[in-house]
Amino acid sequence: MNSDVLWLRAHVVRAIRNFFWDRGFLEVETPLLIPANAPEEYIDPLAALPWQLQTSPELCMKRLLCRGHKRLFQISHCWRADERGFRHLSEFTMLEWYRADSDYNALMADCEELLQHVATACLAEAPFYRHQSCRIDPFESWVIISVQEAFWRFSNTNVWECLKKGIYEEILTEMIEPALAGFSAPVLMTDYPAELAALSRLKPGQTELAERFELYLGGLELANGFSELNDPLEQRRRFENANRLRIGVGRGALPLPERFLEELGSLPPSAGIAMGVDRLVMLAAGADTIDEVVAFTPEQL
Amino acid sequence: MYTVADLKKGLKITLDGDPYLVVAFDFVKPGKGQALYRTKMRNMINGTLLDRTYRSGETFDPADLEERQMEYLYKEGTHYTFMDQANYEQVVMEEETLGDAKNFLLENLKVDVMLFGEKGIGVSLPNFVNLRVTETEQWAKGDTSGNDTKPATVETGYVLRVPPFIEEGELIVIDTRNGEYSTRVKG
Repeated sequence: MNSDVLWLRAHVVRAIRNFFWDRGFLEVETPLLIPANAPEEYIDPLAALPWQLQTSPELCMKRLLCRGHKRLFQISHCWRADERGFRHLSEFTMLEWYRADSDYNALMADCEELLQHVATACLAEAPFYRHQSCRIDPFESWVIISVQEAFWRFSNTNVWECLKKGIYEEILTEMIEPALAGFSAPVLMTDYPAELAALSRLKPGQTELAERFELYLGGLELANGFSELNDPLEQRRRFENANRLRIGVGRGALPLPERFLEELGSLPPSAGIAMGVDRLVMLAAGADTIDEVVAFTPEQL
Repeated sequence: MYTVADLKKGLKITLDGDPYLVVAFDFVKPGKGQALYRTKMRNMINGTLLDRTYRSGETFDPADLEERQMEYLYKEGTHYTFMDQANYEQVVMEEETLGDAKNFLLENLKVDVMLFGEKGIGVSLPNFVNLRVTETEQWAKGDTSGNDTKPATVETGYVLRVPPFIEEGELIVIDTRNGEYSTRVKG
């Protein structure tokens, strides 16, 4: 890890802060140690008995929206058990931002402006790089493609069929993400099947879809954003379903975030997004692995 | 028993009855989806490479591997027999399994035999072995070019290039890592 990358990382973080401060977002710090995360089928929190480390700051940030804050952002550490790879660290840095009275379309516009701002502020040439050779220019016009269309176009499959057969992740990582790496502009993949909604609102009039999107640069998943579900009964049902699925695969049920569920009824129509800061620095540095952009990896401790 | 969380480069596991060495490994987890563990593995018996993707919850048996010092005894057809001097247990290996190592096996040579269960799957040789030249042409006196080499056959039947001054009956040192002539044994 050379000091140039640490400088670049610091510049990227400062550029993110400036971007949100300039737009009137309130920077917040919410507790990292919490009694319950949002139960998800495939995300395991790290225990910090009797509580857990956050897997995302989303629950506390949405509770702040319930209290009347309109625009919030936070850069914080998150922990997810057993996630380690070329683009995963069990402890990583997440940027999340939230907008009341908005939907996911506003977040997509934010993404475009944010990446252009970071590129201009931190990068001599302005484009990002996925590996040394794959150039992604945030000033080119962004590609928007629905999940359904991406599956048709790049793998000749139906996404619902893939979900049913249990091969969704394989198709996504073996065929879709490599195809997305072929675009020289950032790609917004939108409108996920409702089965993959988790905490997002379903699309009005098209309830088989969720108002959720993911941002890809060079085939690297950088951010996940959605219009927030604010129906406490539906949210509880989804959490309980996630726990049922967890029990079914031997992962065990997780405690429900009761305070969050109590307050969710007062959440205004909102949208929120999580972006991996380490991955953004990878793209800024043209780094192949996440190891190259952190001061220390767990293996070095 | 290993789980997917144990997967890393260098791990040795049993798959379909064969030992495999994990040579490349990546963890992928697309947006809130299930984690996939992509591996590239080398079959430790025949060297073939295999790509396999695993999901969390899957388990593996470790490869029951052991390295033991044994003495090479003799060859019969394409079978090579080794013996553990400590307990007189014998292991027979096919010529194919030994690969290039067969070129340097002289009776009574001590080698490290890699065992998978009871089965020998390879040997590691000393870096240098001494073998006698059984056949090579005479050096034409007066040839002063000095850089030339000539073919020579050693007692295992292996043929290599040696300097022109090497004569039949001489003992030479061969580097088993590249199969090349190293020096001659003085005296």
